[in-house]
Amino acid sequence: MLFFIETVLSGLMAGVMYSLVALGFVLIFKASGIFNFAQGVFCLFAALTFVGIMEKTGVPWPVSFVLTVGVMIALAWAIERFLLSHLVNQEPIILFMATIGLAYFLEGFGDLLWGSDVKPLDIGLPSGASDWMLDTFDIYVEKLEVVAAVVAAALVTGLAIFFQKTRIGRALRAVADDHQAALSVGISLRTIWVIVWSVAGIVALVAGIMWGAKSGVQFSLSLIALKALPVLILGGFTSIPGAIVGGLIIGVGEKVAEIYLGPFVGGAIENWFAYMLALAFLLVRPQGLFGERIIERV
Amino acid sequence: MRLKDLATGLAALAIAAPIAATAASAYELTIPSLVYRTGPYAPSGIPFANGYADYFTLLNERDGGINGAKINVVECETAYNTQQGVECYENTKNQGESGALVYQPLSTGISYQLIPKAEVDQIPIFTMGYGRTSAADGTIFPWIFNPPGTYWDLASGMVNYAAAIEGGHANLSGKTLALVYHNSAYGKEPIRTLEALAEKHGFKLELLPVDHPGQEQKATWLQIRRLRPDWVFMWGWGVMNQVAVKEAASIRFPMDRFIGNWWSGSEQDVLPTGGEANGYLSGTFHAPGPDFPLHQEILDKVYGAGKGAGEKERVGEVLYNRGLIAAVWTVEAIRKAMEIKGSNEIKASDVRDGFDQLKVDEARLAELGLPNFTYPVELSCASHSNPGTVLIQQWDAGAKKWNVIASGIQPDREVIDPLIAEDAAAYAKEANITPRECNN
Repeated sequence: MLFFIETVLSGLMAGVMYSLVALGFVLIFKASGIFNFAQGVFCLFAALTFVGIMEKTGVPWPVSFVLTVGVMIALAWAIERFLLSHLVNQEPIILFMATIGLAYFLEGFGDLLWGSDVKPLDIGLPSGASDWMLDTFDIYVEKLEVVAAVVAAALVTGLAIFFQKTRIGRALRAVADDHQAALSVGISLRTIWVIVWSVAGIVALVAGIMWGAKSGVQFSLSLIALKALPVLILGGFTSIPGAIVGGLIIGVGEKVAEIYLGPFVGGAIENWFAYMLALAFLLVRPQGLFGERIIERV
Repeated sequence: MRLKDLATGLAALAIAAPIAATAASAYELTIPSLVYRTGPYAPSGIPFANGYADYFTLLNERDGGINGAKINVVECETAYNTQQGVECYENTKNQGESGALVYQPLSTGISYQLIPKAEVDQIPIFTMGYGRTSAADGTIFPWIFNPPGTYWDLASGMVNYAAAIEGGHANLSGKTLALVYHNSAYGKEPIRTLEALAEKHGFKLELLPVDHPGQEQKATWLQIRRLRPDWVFMWGWGVMNQVAVKEAASIRFPMDRFIGNWWSGSEQDVLPTGGEANGYLSGTFHAPGPDFPLHQEILDKVYGAGKGAGEKERVGEVLYNRGLIAAVWTVEAIRKAMEIKGSNEIKASDVRDGFDQLKVDEARLAELGLPNFTYPVELSCASHSNPGTVLIQQWDAGAKKWNVIASGIQPDREVIDPLIAEDAAAYAKEANITPRECNN
């Protein structure tokens, strides 16, 4: 029983890490209807920039964090200026294709700027098991993941306040609901897109730091997007709470499946099991757990 | 008259000189290098590719190539992707006058795909310490070479090390050994031997696959916490290694009971983990570090001339040294091929003959600037892999360096050789191959 609790706890914690990546997807999809294939590479690029600035200039991490935020905002501006502004009113599939191109460009650009080596990320984040949990209850909980959970909670709270209480947040929601109507009341679509891609870039930075602290910052970070996809399918593409709850369900589901079902089928099932779980949800609720139900009236 | 003779002589010299110069360097030896400098496995692929390239550059700079024939290293990016690797092979196999002389795929997946192609194209594939283990049988795999040891040698060597620490093979009985492996052809390669050894010595083998790329391994290490194995062996690559070492430290698994294979024991695998990796073990077949005369020569003549493939500070890293020794053995096979043919204008089939008679003993290693760097290798028509001897190195996180702590570990030939014979025979039957006759 204790081991089952440990498995569920670990799944929840891993799920939070997936949610951090999924959040960036949700933000952009919610505000612009674009499925940003490049979100995983955003995490990589942001983390590479963060570590790269520290390595090259020797500045402390908070300074590097602020500078990286600046880089991500500049990147959002460039994406809007050179990519999205030329694709306004195009089919969603065209925009999706554009983000695929963006992903490969950013991966190569990051490689060119900062190199392909593993970059250790040491900014004082705790690592290893929580001694207290391990010694008192013999339950393994990783400290880094507890920090990730706290950070995710803070991010979600901050984003909720931003979307619900601020003028820009309301404008974002207006654009998400109806581009044309938002334009007609004087909301600048271009400004909104820059803002939302910037916020997604900052979320990617946080996710990149958390994942980078686990394994060093390296190019495999871009593949963590694959972990976020089932979370999105399950939680819904437009819901921030959905990204969190979806992450938790996927995290627990895949860990329980790997440990209790895996040994009977040769193991290594957690990746595809997450997608199978998401597909099962998709059959019942195509819009995801918290997604908006789209009703097309003919 | 004299003046005329002189003028004629000078004219003749003027015409002949370029021909003579061309004759010395016209024949170029094409050596494709399948690299992965991009993608998730780049941190492991880059130092190997650099070590491999630097040795050829040194020979070109210092000696004008091999016996006067310049070496043209053609890099092709595979991103550790099997399909891309096969495309690289197809695109490079006919390059240059010599054609591709030998391939070093640095991927078991790519190696498996190239085995039947090598037979058709008659190009040797040097899968140094990786690839298909049974390719050690030269009668059935005449074009594949995998010295200085196979994955089965390594797995057996690691078990023998564990036995030595436990106080003898008898003490392995009742123990549990977990294999954490990359869920791919590469990662699955040692399973057969470990199963046979588990049966022989009475230990329990637990198999824990990790899916590509291995960024998330929580479930695996939770199972290790539950199983509480006495030893954990790892067949990992790329990010999988770093995450595994970190996870092992997190669950407080003793690092001196955790052995990675020789592709899970580089600086890149432990540095991102910081001090937690202290004491982690890995198998290897050569020394770590840059303290050999050959390294000094590379630093002087290659990096000094600004022609190094990577950063000067990284010369001597474990995977750099791996690439370096791969190039050294390749060149020795090419030299042998030239010696057999009596000409430097060799083709891939000649290089195969060179590999078949490859002999690099300690005296030759010392001559090459690598004294006591690795074990002597002596191949033959029938034996395409030896000696199979394993070293164990340990990571010192304080000094940030690997130290060899056990050497001369011999694999269990009694178990491995019949397995190799069986697997090679099965392949011969499947591919309808008649084993070639070998006198040695």
